[in-house]
Amino acid sequence: MWELVLKGIFSALFVASVLRISTPLILPALGGLISELSGATNIALEGIMLVAAFTGVVISAFTQNVWLGVIAGILSGMLVAAFLAYFHLYLGADLILSGIAINIMATGGTIFLLYVLTGDKGSSSTLASKAVPVINIPLIKDIPVVGTILSGHNIFTYLAFILTWFVSIYLYRTPQGVHLRAVGENPEAAASLGLNVRRIRLGALLMSGVLASLGGLNLSMAYLTLFQREMTAGRGFIALAAVFLGGRTPWGTLIAAILFGFFDALSNQLGSLAIPSQWVQMIPYAATVLALVVYSIRQRAQAVERARRFQEKHLAETRALGD
Amino acid sequence: MAVLVEMDQIIKIYPNGVVANDGVTFSVERGEIHALVGENGAGKTTLMKILYGEERPTSGVIRVNGRAVHFHSPQDAIQLGIGMVHQNFMQIPSLTVAENVVLGKEPTRRGLLDRKAAIQITEELSRQYGLKVDPEATIESVNVGMRQRVEILKILYRGAEILILDEPTAVLTPQETMELFKSIRTLVKQGKTVIFITHKLREVKEISDRVTVMRGGKVMGTLPTHEATREGLARMMVGRDVFLEVSKPLRARGEKVLEVRDLTYVSETGRQVLRGVSFSVYAGEILGVAGVEGNGQTELVEVLTGLRPATGGEARVLGTPILNRSPRAVRLAGVAHIPEDRLTNGLALTATINENLIVDRYFRPPFRRGWFIDNKEVRQHGQQLIERFDIRTPGGEVPVASLSGGNMQKVILAREFSSQPQLLIAAQPTRGVDVGATEFIREQLVEQRNRGTAVLLVSADLAEVMSLSDRLVVMYEGQITGVFPEAAKATEEEIGYYMLGVKRQSPEEMEAYL
Repeated sequence: MWELVLKGIFSALFVASVLRISTPLILPALGGLISELSGATNIALEGIMLVAAFTGVVISAFTQNVWLGVIAGILSGMLVAAFLAYFHLYLGADLILSGIAINIMATGGTIFLLYVLTGDKGSSSTLASKAVPVINIPLIKDIPVVGTILSGHNIFTYLAFILTWFVSIYLYRTPQGVHLRAVGENPEAAASLGLNVRRIRLGALLMSGVLASLGGLNLSMAYLTLFQREMTAGRGFIALAAVFLGGRTPWGTLIAAILFGFFDALSNQLGSLAIPSQWVQMIPYAATVLALVVYSIRQRAQAVERARRFQEKHLAETRALGD
Repeated sequence: MAVLVEMDQIIKIYPNGVVANDGVTFSVERGEIHALVGENGAGKTTLMKILYGEERPTSGVIRVNGRAVHFHSPQDAIQLGIGMVHQNFMQIPSLTVAENVVLGKEPTRRGLLDRKAAIQITEELSRQYGLKVDPEATIESVNVGMRQRVEILKILYRGAEILILDEPTAVLTPQETMELFKSIRTLVKQGKTVIFITHKLREVKEISDRVTVMRGGKVMGTLPTHEATREGLARMMVGRDVFLEVSKPLRARGEKVLEVRDLTYVSETGRQVLRGVSFSVYAGEILGVAGVEGNGQTELVEVLTGLRPATGGEARVLGTPILNRSPRAVRLAGVAHIPEDRLTNGLALTATINENLIVDRYFRPPFRRGWFIDNKEVRQHGQQLIERFDIRTPGGEVPVASLSGGNMQKVILAREFSSQPQLLIAAQPTRGVDVGATEFIREQLVEQRNRGTAVLLVSADLAEVMSLSDRLVVMYEGQITGVFPEAAKATEEEIGYYMLGVKRQSPEEMEAYL
């Protein structure tokens, strides 16, 4: 049995599945990163993903046009983000509380609308929703292992990597990105230079809304082609964890998100074993918690180690002086 | 000379009813260095914030070049060439010096930030006005003096003709202050106008052409600097004669109260903040700690008072170890603490004066009766201290938050002095306190010393540590780099070299005096 699992992991197909499964973590994580750096942590990524996933499915089913579904999904996610921004930035509501409220509303709201539209509270399987196309990269797709890994993904997966690069350039190379980081680091100073803190944070929250929406759409229009209740399953929060584990940088966030994706993929592989499925499904979440714990312990250990080394050096110096 | 800026009959009343400016008329001539002095709360900063568009006057007219203007934001002011350098720097720590200079008005190439151009701009301005900076260093890695020059470059980049500097020397060493003054003179030579807010009268004499004195929201007068004397200016500021120097009778020091040996502290981020600090404080002396802020003084005080854990070393008060004990245990060992940040560590702002006066003693009789606190005792205790320390308040039951800065500090003094400490640790005791209260606080510190308390005084105000201390040490990068057994005989310049790390004494040289 274990052999089968190991064989499964050390295969091109597994690597490809890691990329596929990481996509709905990378995209919202990038969104989380942007809003975090602007000083307005977006705790509502989860809810935004859910709303976008739902809207995309419904609109693509009714219009029978996959792109209209995608656009509607993005707009719906932006709308939710705009609500959050309005509550927090303009009405002065607490960001965390408003975010939690939005998440709860998204969970209940999508189930309610799903029931109204389909009569089903579980999934949208009765709706004929569309899926985004899969891209086979010419030439590369014919290279044996590499082709399997790199080719044949849906557009969201490619988008996730391209956007990481974009976000990186945006944040560090454009004036707007520098403004965004400035606002997050010292809003008072930014304001004193004529930067509009509120507007920049609004922009950041909207961008995070778009990115989280892409993550949600990836779930319901690529990974699966239907909407299921609570189908985001905490990915919005894991994405937020990836932002911090990744040291609040785009590439670090990408790597952290892929790490979480790896554990997710691993739990899929282990599904074939005779272990209770609840245990297996727990793996990605437990891995997230573990990763964050290890990360903080390491940081503390490093500080202690530095302190110890310094003290030894100091003792040696005083001893040398004594001689 | 032509009048450049005129502020006419400015009145500023804040929504809470505080009158910050009460009919102020103030004018600045082109090309002059104009010092604006006054106690804290005299309304100088408010007046300048109005000129800079950060605050709007309740009434009154501002004229620039003879034309009346209405500023809605600092951007309007900067458009007309008025720039202000705040006391707390408006900078982004993780960005470079050059990026901070151009922030909000960046040079771009094809939509991207043009870093090369930013560096070039910074270097050119830096050369033109003699403000030395390292354009590619991040702000978090440069010292306070450079950060201040960055702040000046920022407003010059935005085209400032009138530079308002709000207490620019408060954070500088004497040498850095001299550098700054040199730059200010260069700026003026090139046609700029400088308004210099300060409360250090010696600097007024040294740098300014004219001086305006404010008190209680009003202008007491404007005069050419060469006609002003320090004593005269002080009298205008306070409204009575002020004793700038505290007289201090000679007094033989007593037994060793605090002994610190090889104290080290490494911050959570792994920075080595204290690198083996050793010294003693004796009964009946004031040991002053001088140094540029950020060289470990804050951490030293917080480690000694139980607010931070020490990483290594020893500290004893009359033989009792105090390191890594709770603040209460440290206090019970006979330590009193006037903290640097009185709003966070010194007071519970929403609690009443009476409550703040018992936080270090409520658990002991007579305040504690069984499981309860004896409120009658608390009120009496509060009433006594309010009278003794002249705390201006309608009563002991008002929240501390409603008091002025000076009166808040008096609440802390009342609590700490009345605990009859063996050791008094005072960190920046007169920061942000007006001249009158400063005088009172200094007298009280000397009074404690005369009564035989050991006093450890940490202050960024060099003149203050020099005049109050019996002995003085200088801290630089987490170490004591110099000790002056007779503070009165040291010169500011000499101490300045130690503060900058240019000079240092060897451990052998210092040993006998620590």
